[in-house]
Amino acid sequence: MLWWQNLPFFSIMLCIFSAAVCSVLPRRAARVWAPSVTGIILVMSVLLTAQVRSCGNSFVFTMGHFPAPWGNEIRAGLLEAVAACVFFAIMLLSVIAGGEHLSEDIMPDKQNLYCVTLCLAGAALLVMIYTNDLFTAYVFLEIMTLGACSLIMAQSRGRTLLAATRYMILNLLGSGLFLMGLVLMYGITGHLLMEPLREYIDTVLLKDGLSAPFCMSVALMSTGLAVKSGLFPFHTWLPDSYTYGTPSSAAILSSLVCKGYIFLLIKIFLRVIGMETVRRTGICNVLFVLGAGGILMGSLTAIQQKDIRRMISFSSVAQIGYIYMGIGLGSELGMIGAIFQIFAHGVAKSMLFLSAAGLSRVSGGSGLFHDLRGAGYRCPAAGAAFTVGAFSMTGIPFFGGFIVKVLLSEAAMLAGTFRMTAALLLLAVSAVLNTLYFLKTVITLYRAQDEPAAQGAHVSSAFKWGMCCFIALNMTLGIFSQPVVTAIRMGLSMFD
Amino acid sequence: MLAGLSVNYEEAAAVILFGIGLANLLLQRNLIKKIVGFGMMDSGIYLFLASIGYVKGAGAPIIENGVTHASAYINPVPGGLVLTGIVVSVSVTALMLALTVRLYKRYHTLDIDEITYLSRREER
Repeated sequence: MLWWQNLPFFSIMLCIFSAAVCSVLPRRAARVWAPSVTGIILVMSVLLTAQVRSCGNSFVFTMGHFPAPWGNEIRAGLLEAVAACVFFAIMLLSVIAGGEHLSEDIMPDKQNLYCVTLCLAGAALLVMIYTNDLFTAYVFLEIMTLGACSLIMAQSRGRTLLAATRYMILNLLGSGLFLMGLVLMYGITGHLLMEPLREYIDTVLLKDGLSAPFCMSVALMSTGLAVKSGLFPFHTWLPDSYTYGTPSSAAILSSLVCKGYIFLLIKIFLRVIGMETVRRTGICNVLFVLGAGGILMGSLTAIQQKDIRRMISFSSVAQIGYIYMGIGLGSELGMIGAIFQIFAHGVAKSMLFLSAAGLSRVSGGSGLFHDLRGAGYRCPAAGAAFTVGAFSMTGIPFFGGFIVKVLLSEAAMLAGTFRMTAALLLLAVSAVLNTLYFLKTVITLYRAQDEPAAQGAHVSSAFKWGMCCFIALNMTLGIFSQPVVTAIRMGLSMFD
Repeated sequence: MLAGLSVNYEEAAAVILFGIGLANLLLQRNLIKKIVGFGMMDSGIYLFLASIGYVKGAGAPIIENGVTHASAYINPVPGGLVLTGIVVSVSVTALMLALTVRLYKRYHTLDIDEITYLSRREER
């Protein structure tokens, strides 16, 4: 075994142990420890990406002493490594840029506990990216839910507690459905590892066509993960949890937690069930329709909002719709579009949440559009970041969102007539709707003020640097998109 | 259809239990009843798992009298999964109950609609 093949295992372990360490560290030390660990894991993931890319093959890491059909495994290919890089870069920047808000929003004696949940959520995210075992995925799915819930309720306000409760109720429903699907799958096949499962499904189960229990199991797992990631009719928990948490929590929830579930769903579709079989079960059609509904309803509701963070939350519903629409197209190109959207949306949405927090900070703490007039002049870094994020979300060239729309339209052209018409129409309509609410906000931010605005606090230099890094990350993803797309394509080919 | 149900009555009971729990988790307004519903839903899944692993006439998966053939013992994996699942659901229940306690201390009610109303009024 080569040295770099230990990297995924050690990054997971480092994250879990630093969660334990943070719980006993004093407040200041924990506040330094958690971002440093995130940084170390980012470096490890970059190293892993470079090595996997040069080696050109995925590898399997056996956990414990039992070999394949019984033991537990970690598997890493190019796509997993790239995803870990992007996710941990977002996490690091979110914690640094939102640091000032963290100090104010969370009671001093609870701040090291916040770092504990941060590390736990990071560990769960890594396991969902790397694991090769479905039941391990379920266990860490629940750890992710617990971590995310604690991230929301870190602030002790009535609305945050209620948002956390609502989050928990729908997420428990999602986990329950996922577990039921998983148990059903285990009952039919007797396997939990992804490769033996795939082999069994291809050679034994599908010999005499699709059976009802198998379809049911796939449907239950997809529904469970769709509920947890906030797909359209199940998105009711989403706006409150994003709006009332502290900005770093909102950034991490929208960019990492939801995306982790979708990444797991993609892994299950491609590695366990096989895309051909998924198409035959008809689940693609359901995901396509729900994704389309999400795109329309998310944008239409976002237009009606008066609060900037609520508007961004509803735009998340629309953007998650794009991901599911890409999966629902059922082709390789659609999948590449969906995965690129996971990255592009993650990078842009966390930046939007944090910059919105900075903008309302310099406007007397209010998030209402009325009070945000001219905020772009009061805090240039946040204004620029919001503008870049808004451009990316509306799909203006040279930004990540544009590449997503190109990839999805290409994928739509290759799909059947009905899907092509529906997807292209949706992309056009949603572009108009996104422009309506995002560019309206940008114009509000740079409007001359009629009266002198309420004097708010200044933003810290960490926030400004964080925003600059976020802008650079977004521009890089938009301008140098081709290497990323190639990496995703290579990663997907390593899945089989 | 009915013959299948009578043979697999454990699985059928498990799915019914799962359904009852799911409905309670979604439809009850009282937070404690919601948590009880969640517990029922998970118990249904564990019953399903346990019935998958059980082999009629076989013993517990510990080697006895030197018999090493697999057919003498039940499948140990579902038992392990049930135990792991129970640990997970206990921790989730604990967190939900802690949240409920904090909400009750603040609003003196367990009704989620009322809590929503009160928290909106508080914010204004």
